Amino acid sequence: MIAFENVAYSYGGGELLSEISLKLAPGSFHFLTGPSGAGKSTFLKLCYAELLPTAGHVTIFDREVKGLSRDEVADIRRRIGVVHQDCRFLDHLPLAANVTLPLTVSDREVSNDDLGDLLSWVGLRHLADALPPSLSGGERQRAALARAVIMDPEIILADEPTGNLDWDMSMRLLQLLAELNRMGKTIVMATHDLNLIRQSKTMVAARVLRIRNRRVQLAGADL
Amino acid sequence: MLRTALSLLGRGDRQADRVVPPSGHTAWLTSFTAGAMTFLAVFALALSLASGRLADRWSEALARTATVRISAPPDQMEMQTRVVLDILLSTPGIASARALTDDEQKKLLEPWFGPDLPLEALPMPRLIELTEAPEGYDGEGLRKRLAGEAPGAVLDDHTRWRRPLASAAARLRLLGIVSIALIGGTMAAMITLAANAALAANSQVIEVLRLVGAHDGYIARAFVRRFTLRAFTGALAGAAAGTLGVALLPSTDAAGGFLTGLGFTGWWWFLPLALPLIAAIVAFVATRHAALTKLRELM
Ligand SMILES: Nc1ncnc2c1ncn2[C@@H]1O[C@H](COP(=O)(O)OP(=O)(O)OP(=O)(O)O)[C@@H](O)[C@H]1O
Ligand SMILES: [Mg+2]
Repeated sequence: MIAFENVAYSYGGGELLSEISLKLAPGSFHFLTGPSGAGKSTFLKLCYAELLPTAGHVTIFDREVKGLSRDEVADIRRRIGVVHQDCRFLDHLPLAANVTLPLTVSDREVSNDDLGDLLSWVGLRHLADALPPSLSGGERQRAALARAVIMDPEIILADEPTGNLDWDMSMRLLQLLAELNRMGKTIVMATHDLNLIRQSKTMVAARVLRIRNRRVQLAGADL
Repeated sequence: MLRTALSLLGRGDRQADRVVPPSGHTAWLTSFTAGAMTFLAVFALALSLASGRLADRWSEALARTATVRISAPPDQMEMQTRVVLDILLSTPGIASARALTDDEQKKLLEPWFGPDLPLEALPMPRLIELTEAPEGYDGEGLRKRLAGEAPGAVLDDHTRWRRPLASAAARLRLLGIVSIALIGGTMAAMITLAANAALAANSQVIEVLRLVGAHDGYIARAFVRRFTLRAFTGALAGAAAGTLGVALLPSTDAAGGFLTGLGFTGWWWFLPLALPLIAAIVAFVATRHAALTKLRELM
């Protein structure tokens, strides 16, 4: 689905990430962990072409990212659901319109039943008409997850989706992601919450990617 | 491009319009600019049409007649007039020639000297009016013959003073057209600036739209629809006001002359209606170009 080949990235100073080579197989579930500032968000941005690698090659759906036109990048993003760390909503549109935004911009019809089901699934049905600035951090993150899955994407990238959630809510969200994974979606979830990772073992067969010394490595059993 | 333009009012684009927040109190500035520019364009249009008509009339009608002026002592006047008439009527290219009567000459002078002019008391030259045949006559040759046979006769073929007038009118028409082009260019520039400001103010929104998979064309459409509609409504109001202004000018027969000829005539009254359409097209092209350029710049 997504392949990195000798990838490096730098924001202009020294290299933040180097020599990354890995493949995310279809249907896999990966946690991405590492200290704050290690480059978790940066890694995910490379996965949906918000950033282009400063060296090496990133391939998404068998297409080399560097050669893509702007519209081709947009088309790829329609097949990848992203929960951004800062959620990224349009503050002048109600929550429901924000959740259906990916459908709107690709000129696709919105079914009210499906939207209702989706909002119930993340427990936000009663807030459909609320504006994003009036939502709590956890509500925003659940809305972001709803927006990420509404296009029925093949890949879901979640950047600290539990950052603002209490333990019960985090477990529910993890369960939602595990459910999506069972439906065949490829999932990468960035988190620094090791407890959450340990707890997940009962729900999903996940592997853990760890960022350390600018490298992304598969972590062993030493978590 | 035409299809995009026609689909501007479609349902999908109203949605595209909604994803960009309303732009608040600066929105009317675009309409106002378009309105003011179109108002000016109506006058430039009227000016250029009127001076065009004038240029045509002057060079057409006036160039076909000429005058021979005979100044001679009273006792020779009769004879010279007859000689000149003979010459004129035997010159190829002259359709007709006739001496003006005293009454006609008096009428010509009235505007300058008043109705009570004692024509008899003054040494008045005799005027002979000639009409040119379509093939034209040889002005130089005629002048030489007149000088030889009727020394008091001078051919005044008007071209000396009419030609600059006619070309001034033609120049005025050109200036009117240039003004319309400049007004169109100014409108395009202003709308480009406004669209750029709107795009910059909404860079966050654009970023979110890009992240959820919007194509550049979709994002551009949201802005294009907005600015095209604003320019169109503004221009419609400006064209209406300008046309009304032209319509309210005093009518042509009242005084006669250039200024009062400024109105539109006949079907030309519908021409100002084209201006809002042109304004909409200008806005469409300018905004689309600005949006697609700016989008490539933003990310
Ligand atoms: N646009 C940017 N320009 C310059 N530096 C940046 C930019 N974005 C991030 N960085 C820097 O890159 C480093 C990694 O940032 P990143 O957001 O990837 O970390 P992270 O692992 O997601 O951290 P956190 O757990 O706090 O979210 C940080 O030191 C950050 O300051
Ligand atoms: Mg981060």
